[in-house]
Amino acid sequence: MKSITLNGKTVIPGTARGLALVSHEPLSFWGGYDWKTGEITDRRHELSGQIARGKILALPFTRGSSTTTAVLLEAIRAKTAPAAIITTETDFFFALASVVADELYSTPLPLVALSESDFGLLRSGDDVEIAESGEVYLKRNA
Amino acid sequence: MTLSLSTHDQAMLRGDFGPATKMAMTIVVRMATVAGANELLSIVGAHIDSTVYIGDAGLEFAEKLAGLGAKVSVPTTLNVSGLDEHHWQEWSVTNDWARQAHRQMVAYQSMGTIPTWTCAPYQAETKPSFGQQIAWGESNAIVFANSVLGARTDRYPDLFDVCCAITGRAPAIGLHLTENRAGQLLLKLIDIPTELQRRDDFYPVLGNFVGKVALGKIPVIDGMTFKPDDDQLKAFGAATASSGGVAMFHIVGVTPEAETLEAAFQGHAPQQTIEINMDTLRESRRALTHTDDDSLHLVVLGSPHFSLAEYARLAPMIAGKKKHPDVKFLVTSSRAMTQFAERAGYVQALKDFGAQITVDTCILTSPMLPKEIQNLMTNSAKFAYYAPGLLNKKIGFGSLQDCVDSAVAGKIIRDESAWNE
Repeated sequence: MKSITLNGKTVIPGTARGLALVSHEPLSFWGGYDWKTGEITDRRHELSGQIARGKILALPFTRGSSTTTAVLLEAIRAKTAPAAIITTETDFFFALASVVADELYSTPLPLVALSESDFGLLRSGDDVEIAESGEVYLKRNA
Repeated sequence: MTLSLSTHDQAMLRGDFGPATKMAMTIVVRMATVAGANELLSIVGAHIDSTVYIGDAGLEFAEKLAGLGAKVSVPTTLNVSGLDEHHWQEWSVTNDWARQAHRQMVAYQSMGTIPTWTCAPYQAETKPSFGQQIAWGESNAIVFANSVLGARTDRYPDLFDVCCAITGRAPAIGLHLTENRAGQLLLKLIDIPTELQRRDDFYPVLGNFVGKVALGKIPVIDGMTFKPDDDQLKAFGAATASSGGVAMFHIVGVTPEAETLEAAFQGHAPQQTIEINMDTLRESRRALTHTDDDSLHLVVLGSPHFSLAEYARLAPMIAGKKKHPDVKFLVTSSRAMTQFAERAGYVQALKDFGAQITVDTCILTSPMLPKEIQNLMTNSAKFAYYAPGLLNKKIGFGSLQDCVDSAVAGKIIRDESAWNE
């Protein structure tokens, strides 16, 4: 078992734990995330067909449509959202969905930003824990 | 960095202007803090993308604000809704969807907005002018406002646009600020024939490639030998905002902040230079087609919404012709442009051809299309990009003329001559 601790920047504070689902390709949630199931549905994306519900989803940032926020908000309400999202920079679209979920339902989604080099250490299937402070703990079967 | 608020901002935040303004200001302030803004700035207009009906959460958000008595404080246009209020029964929209989508329309209309119901608010008389600060949602509208009009908005998502409209304030970040509007990537056109640059299908193809390489950065296109019109720029911008996250581009000699290459980069050096040749474009064009057969059920035009000039181009192309009986031909547009088109006689020309028109919405935001419609053809990179994931449909891309010819033939046909070596 290999353990790594990464110092992330808290975008929206919270704690979460789950298996990582990682891509280095940006994603639009509109046309890319089915909020009824949590499936990634952008058929041109490398994560197409994966279920992100309950996972720690790692994407560099959002692409495309300004409706990404609305789709993530629906997913948070429907409990089909990832457990947390890790990005490489503060992503305004994800952050807004989390802030509005907090205002409406008191269920903010934890968001953390990592440096590009730290982000590059993440692998799908890693056991990832996110702390309120923004620290990201990775565990991987060596 | 801390956010400093004016006394008026603080009064809004305290609730002095009512609970809806308080809720909107709370969200503006929280997001300004997340984005690292120093202050808020005043906007002169807004465009609300949150009108697109997605599900209960978006509706609850809209009805909560409306129920608290929200009113916009600046002229505010509305994006497409989930419903063509007058023609939805001609399509596969269910009663349940229609009821929910209509509730969302009512909520946003109650806030004193202008019910434009269009993704192309820059076609309306209320469009902003050069240098004005605005808060717009809708990715294609954002990129058009910044790049073509020279108005200033950051890339705002749904739900935030309405908060800015209510408070009249936006974080002083990103593309609101001159220094962040400089080009970052240089894209040089190499030996691209001027004849190809005149064609409508050149722009979605170029935009699809530019978006993929630019992602969230500001691309500068150099080497154009033809001056594109607003519809060509609309198609280009929508493509860059779909395949990437482009919120602003420059085209040297064309867009208002790019009179020269140096002006486009504000005197800085490009971070990267990429050459675009015919092979690049042919590959990008191929990638827009997401089907390998020529069967066709629906030709769909108007993403972003069809303009009056596009109606005027289409009308003579279809004059004296009839679409194939097994193919539907749909144009999605705004009420305003369609009314002008009606007076000009273009709508009658479309009806004679056998076309249908949908206003207020589009195939991506309203569940209009029945199951038996599986194979689509379009001239829009945005439709081509999103239809497979959102609608689970196959899509072929072609020029406006290809779309008309295919509708008549009853199968996807394309004139390849302009794209061949």
